[in-house]
Amino acid sequence: MKILVCMKQVPQKDAPLKLNEAGTWIREDVSYEVNEPDAYALEEALRQKEKHTGEVVVVTAGPARAQQVLREALAKGADRAIHLEGDGFVGLDAYNTARAIAAAIKDETFDLIFTGLQSDDYGYAQTGVILAEILGWPHATIIMHIEKNEGGIRVKRELEAGFFQFVDVPLPAVLTIQSGINKLRYATLIGIKQAKSKPLRKVAMAEVQSAVGSNLQKIEKLYVPQKSKNTEFLEGSPAEVAKKLVERLKNEVRVI
Amino acid sequence: MADSILVVVEQRQGKLNRVSWETIAAGQAIAAQTGWTLEAAVAGSGVAALAGEVAGKRLAKVYAVESARLEPYTPDALAHGLKGFLEKHPASLVLMPHTYQVRDFVPKLATALGSTAITDAVGYKYEGGKLLFTRQMFQGKFVADVSFVGTGPCFVTFQNGAFRADKVEAAGSAAPVETVNVEVPDGLVRNQPQEVFKEAKQAVDLTQAEIIVSVGRGIKEQKNIEIAKQLADALGGELAASRPICDNGWLPMDRQIGSSGQTVAPKLYLALGISGAIQHIVGMKGAKSIVAINKDSEAPIFEIADYAVVGNLFDIVPPLIEEVKKAKG
Repeated sequence: MKILVCMKQVPQKDAPLKLNEAGTWIREDVSYEVNEPDAYALEEALRQKEKHTGEVVVVTAGPARAQQVLREALAKGADRAIHLEGDGFVGLDAYNTARAIAAAIKDETFDLIFTGLQSDDYGYAQTGVILAEILGWPHATIIMHIEKNEGGIRVKRELEAGFFQFVDVPLPAVLTIQSGINKLRYATLIGIKQAKSKPLRKVAMAEVQSAVGSNLQKIEKLYVPQKSKNTEFLEGSPAEVAKKLVERLKNEVRVI
Repeated sequence: MADSILVVVEQRQGKLNRVSWETIAAGQAIAAQTGWTLEAAVAGSGVAALAGEVAGKRLAKVYAVESARLEPYTPDALAHGLKGFLEKHPASLVLMPHTYQVRDFVPKLATALGSTAITDAVGYKYEGGKLLFTRQMFQGKFVADVSFVGTGPCFVTFQNGAFRADKVEAAGSAAPVETVNVEVPDGLVRNQPQEVFKEAKQAVDLTQAEIIVSVGRGIKEQKNIEIAKQLADALGGELAASRPICDNGWLPMDRQIGSSGQTVAPKLYLALGISGAIQHIVGMKGAKSIVAINKDSEAPIFEIADYAVVGNLFDIVPPLIEEVKKAKG
């Protein structure tokens, strides 16, 4: 099986974020990491390859810093990487990101494309499904298990409130992968060494420009959410805080 | 064409998903402010009765979008059916609840119509004749006002709980219902869905718990869950967790709170080291009282907390257990 995994670099989970001066985006001087659901998508692709042989290719769209995500994926066992490199990819909406990725892989033949189910920055949960529509492929979302069968694959979709559903999907197809589908591996020292000599193709914005249009939606303003609740902050030493909190639980919340 | 709003309600196996009422409430609020017409649609096979149920609300019209191929749900059939419907009955704004099913087909539908979807919105603003939709970004650390640039139809999906179902206004007299048959050609549907099922019966029903102590990433290691357990025991409550903890296998999946786990509304929800990502918040924001202990003063969980402690949970929880035991005698 030849599998493409779409990966995104996002700000680190506990990194303190600051707004830019225009209040339209965050300041870029933060630490980044791989979008967590994408890490599970990569792991699943590597497991499928180990089971069925084939190739795992990783792709990302973003500035030079995003290459780190690809290097880590290569170190974990991906065979090669594609980097749509440029600052211009940062502000693209999901539709145009999918268009750019589709243009970058037009000469490839994949059986499967994986994405994480959503990104930790925008959280739109759309790029994978849009990519499927652009390619004319079927898709299935929020996948917790993948098995090859005669006609293609059988996947286990997670539904809400603890429900699941198996769906038979013909290939080629796009799947969005749910976190927790597998256990993530760590890169080995040998893997990290080998990653350095694995192929990484760079695609400049100019090469995919004709596929990319103007965004259909616009972030007018980004801001810190207004508090809707009157939060009481309890301060002091741990012992004092514990006393204050128990006093509230007893007299105000009345659970003690 | 006059501007109009269409709410596409969600039904599964002939039952309305109750979150659909929230979306109708959102549609009614936007319609009242913009003066636009508000209609609703329910799509499926044999959905006339459901359309009748929806028509009891204040709406200009309700459409029953019919095709035998719409059951069981597949993204291919539903996106195609709604595309056909929207081409005949154009709407400027199409609203849906942000359910797993909508997430599965709405990006496909919007793309097929050359349009776009603002997903997981929590509210809207109508400023100077322009509609803005607010949505959380960066796991709830920021909020964005997002506008549509294209001509539409503009799709918006609303997060569970963003609007109140009990605010839906009933109709003076029932709205007219029109059945629209849509064509779903042979061979269009590629996925073959099997029966929906529930994994092994849930061992713990957290929805009945009055007190929940919940742990997130801040607990750091599996062995540290023990102190959360001790606190839960001291309070006489249940232990729960955010998704990453269950993904790691540190607690079983049936103790997970959030969009993919259980939705709870206890008297007390005590969040230890939980940052408060949207997917978690939707599962617990109905709690009567929320206590959050987190070392990151900017964690989104503090936005909805009644009592907040900024600090290291490993310093605070041990004396807290002692104080609880003392108070309980």
